[in-house]
Amino acid sequence: MDLELMASSFPKLLNATLVTLKLLSLSLIFGLILGLFFAILRLNKNIFLNRFSYFYSYIFRGTPLLVQIFIIYFGLGQIEFLRSSFLWIILKEPYWCAIIAFSLNTGAYTSEILRSAFETINKGFIEAGDSLGISKKIIFYKIQIPIAIRQSLPAYGNEIILMLKGTSLASTVTLMDLTGVAKYIISTTFKPIEVFIVAGGIYLFMTFIIHNFIRYLEKKYSY
Amino acid sequence: MDLLAFGNTGWGDELFFATLMTIAVSITAMIIGFCFALIFTPLKLSKNKFLNFIGNSYTTIIRGVPELLVIYLLFFGGSGAVMYVASIFGYNKYIEINAFLTGSFAIGIISGAYSTEVFRGAIQSIDKGQFEASKVLGLKKPVHFFKVIMPQMLRLAVPNLSNVWQITLKDTSLISVTGLVEIMRQSYIAAGSTRDPLFFYSFAAVLYLLLTFLSMKLINKLEIKYRRGY
Repeated sequence: MDLELMASSFPKLLNATLVTLKLLSLSLIFGLILGLFFAILRLNKNIFLNRFSYFYSYIFRGTPLLVQIFIIYFGLGQIEFLRSSFLWIILKEPYWCAIIAFSLNTGAYTSEILRSAFETINKGFIEAGDSLGISKKIIFYKIQIPIAIRQSLPAYGNEIILMLKGTSLASTVTLMDLTGVAKYIISTTFKPIEVFIVAGGIYLFMTFIIHNFIRYLEKKYSY
Repeated sequence: MDLLAFGNTGWGDELFFATLMTIAVSITAMIIGFCFALIFTPLKLSKNKFLNFIGNSYTTIIRGVPELLVIYLLFFGGSGAVMYVASIFGYNKYIEINAFLTGSFAIGIISGAYSTEVFRGAIQSIDKGQFEASKVLGLKKPVHFFKVIMPQMLRLAVPNLSNVWQITLKDTSLISVTGLVEIMRQSYIAAGSTRDPLFFYSFAAVLYLLLTFLSMKLINKLEIKYRRGY
């Protein structure tokens, strides 16, 4: 056990954790917006919109995240008009490609979580709102959305942890996140176990925090 | 379409064999995962605090650490560990471990953690009366486990195991970083030599979709079989 290496790699890995956290928070924000949007489309009665949302979540949940990142990072650069458009400013950066891939991926899972939450809302809540003469819009924003968010908290907590692990794939497109730096240190020192303990410990600490934060929210908003 | 031709002119046959490799790795990993689950599920359910701690550490660590990190650990540390064990027995030459075995083992450890959770949940949701009844009847431990608990557990576990299978199938894409030629690695090679990454990675996505779709169909049949009698 090389304690010196563990101590010296800790600040480097902690620095890289910032990249991981940035990737995670941005993709979760975009993913939540996408997820909510597609969950609402999925509940729509229009068959075309409904199917579109279904295929979106089916494709992103049925393929590995690695393929999705590679298509966006390596594949999209091949399209001529994308290269000449303003989008290229974003798409040439591995950082934004990773965020786009993560957001689309977590958006697909989030939309499924929210959809099932919307579908299991007790009809009585909506009927109560109706009989009180509240308009459909306000019922949706003030009754359905808050209840759905509360009901999907446990599943969404799992999704956050899965996404935290997913951000490690950013290291495959040259980003130096926690896993990227860990791999770099392993391949230069050939001490995989020590680096694994430190990097794994940081990841476990983050999952621990997320897990307990979600638990706290569940308790706070229980009814 | 020329790109997908079989033989020396296209990548069809290479991708076909790569798909078979992905399936082989997934199945091997799933079986290794079951072996891990068979060891760790009893530990997690045990009343002994120490054994319980070991079982819980396994599932917590593996499910809380990125798959890629576990793969790097085994990829860089695997041959070192084997060589260390071999040196105890007096064998000091360099040992290189097969990429297939390292990969399947890495994915197997991950899939095992998920399977353990599934089995634990399934056993815990079996009605307590079943345990008590077989105790009262004086059934021996193996009979109790294989004839009473196992059939009921499998029925409850099959839907969740299908999720584990999907996760395992998708996780195999990650072992492409170790150089094993499965779908992802083959697409990477093809994309590099034809300079057509968009086509090959999209095709890889289609292959994965096909695999998940077909296995879903198969598992649904299994589920119907196991749901009989309810």
